[in-house]
Amino acid sequence: MNTVLETTALDVQIVGLTVCRNLTFSIRRPQCWAILGKNGAGKTTLLHTLAGLRPYDHGSIRLLGKDIDQWPRRDIARHIGVTFQDCDDRFPSTVLESALVGRHPFLKPWQWENDDDRSIARAALRAVGLAGLDHRIVSTLSGGERRRLAIATALTQDPDLYLLDEPTNHLDVHHQIAVLDTITRRVREQGKSAMMILHDANLASRYCDHVLLLYGDGRHECGPVSTTLTEANLASVYGHPIHRIRGPAADVFVPG
Amino acid sequence: MADHHAPLMRGPILLTGLAALAPVCLVFAVTTGSVATSWHDVWQAMTGSATEPVQRVITELRWPRAISAFATGGMLALAGALMQVLLRNPLADPYVLGISGGAAVGTLGAMLAGITATLVLTGSAFLGALVSMFLVFSLARGGGGWTPTRLLLTGVIVAAGWGALISFLLAVSPEQQLRGMLFWLMGDLTYAENPAIALMVLVAGLVICLPFARQMNVLSHGDLRASALGVNTQPLRLQIYVVASLLTAAAVTLAGSIGFVGLIVPHLVRLLGGNDQRFLLPGAVLLGGSLLVIADTLARTILAPDQLPVGVITAFLGVPVFLALLQRGYR
Repeated sequence: MNTVLETTALDVQIVGLTVCRNLTFSIRRPQCWAILGKNGAGKTTLLHTLAGLRPYDHGSIRLLGKDIDQWPRRDIARHIGVTFQDCDDRFPSTVLESALVGRHPFLKPWQWENDDDRSIARAALRAVGLAGLDHRIVSTLSGGERRRLAIATALTQDPDLYLLDEPTNHLDVHHQIAVLDTITRRVREQGKSAMMILHDANLASRYCDHVLLLYGDGRHECGPVSTTLTEANLASVYGHPIHRIRGPAADVFVPG
Repeated sequence: MADHHAPLMRGPILLTGLAALAPVCLVFAVTTGSVATSWHDVWQAMTGSATEPVQRVITELRWPRAISAFATGGMLALAGALMQVLLRNPLADPYVLGISGGAAVGTLGAMLAGITATLVLTGSAFLGALVSMFLVFSLARGGGGWTPTRLLLTGVIVAAGWGALISFLLAVSPEQQLRGMLFWLMGDLTYAENPAIALMVLVAGLVICLPFARQMNVLSHGDLRASALGVNTQPLRLQIYVVASLLTAAAVTLAGSIGFVGLIVPHLVRLLGGNDQRFLLPGAVLLGGSLLVIADTLARTILAPDQLPVGVITAFLGVPVFLALLQRGYR
């Protein structure tokens, strides 16, 4: 099935804020979507709603053709991998243990992670440049390393749809490019799909083929990057003039 | 609060070590006391070939008490480990949600009413613990969802309420009952009978929890993350709450509120072997049981023929050991 996730006439609200009204779109393989919107527009809320982690007000969300409310949690986790903005660990765990958590939805209650699971996790850690840190305690990692560990956990989970909340936050330029390269290569080569919250229109235009713009008042715009990611739309999203300038490799957006 | 030190040893090695430690502690407890006995006597007593008085001391007094101590320590340590997962708080212990307070009010109330029958006293303790457990649960549940923070706050407030009631009961109690009451409050294994029941409760608690241990690992990364990884967090939390509460209720009923075991043992095991609940839960049972066996042996021998409340010993043992490990772990 080509369509992984689709919404029909979706209304999402969070106390006092309408995130989106009448949102209809679908994520197909091998598409890569960006969500752009100013602070507090409800990007994270929408991402969590799409992952089935919070209720919505109206409309429907279907995962692989079936209403998301009909799916058991464990089965959703086999198809959708989510990364979060903040790390909320209260107890020490090692880097390898954290990445291995991505195998949880695939293991039976009594089952232990085996060598296959560990090699999947190690490959994911390698892919984000954390090879060799297996036994480090997560709290000793830098913010950027933790962000890459979260991506590695999602890669270990190997879902059909990656829902990534600011995957490039805390990352230096090199790792921003490396992480997005890794994700988009996964999407293209293995027929997966992704939707990520970004704050940089240039990363969105470089790595994503579709974009969902949230205006913060329930209005939204979605479609291919070429027609949706325009100066006018971006200026309206951020309430700040944005110019499109011809760069050496591609056009770049700069704030006016 | 998360320590920055990698675990000192791998889980299986830790569990093997602790499994070897437990019988050594038990034999130490059984050989130690006012009637001197050797390992050889213990062996003879177990096989039924010892002399009459030694046989009785060992099989009727020391073994039941040592097993009771082991079961109590195991239950407290397991309950503490579960509470720490449930509340996502490394400072949680079995008593943080007021269960021991409920049990204490039940017992002291019964003592004040002049009841001396052990069965009735333990019955009132268990009843008080259950009342507290349901009170906290329904209050925390009140407006719908129960978050760890809400549960913790409700429990702490209810515990404070029990504390006030305990003070009231102590204040109005006649002089000659105060000593017994204080001993009970500090934790005392003198009246711990029926070690078999306690041991069964302990094993049942561990067996119920172990299949969910990996889910608890995921839960320790946060509620949303656990949900996104396929854990049904609310039913899991409810299960942890019920099991941890019942274990605490059973331990308190058996031996009063013995402090520190439920807080420090899960931490010790975590510092030694990491936070994987599949090792941490059984490890806590073994170490908690061993620690309380040693503590109880000291409690009944240091000032012999007088007995100390075992809670005093667990504090004396636990505080320095814990501080030393923290020094190492937080460097």
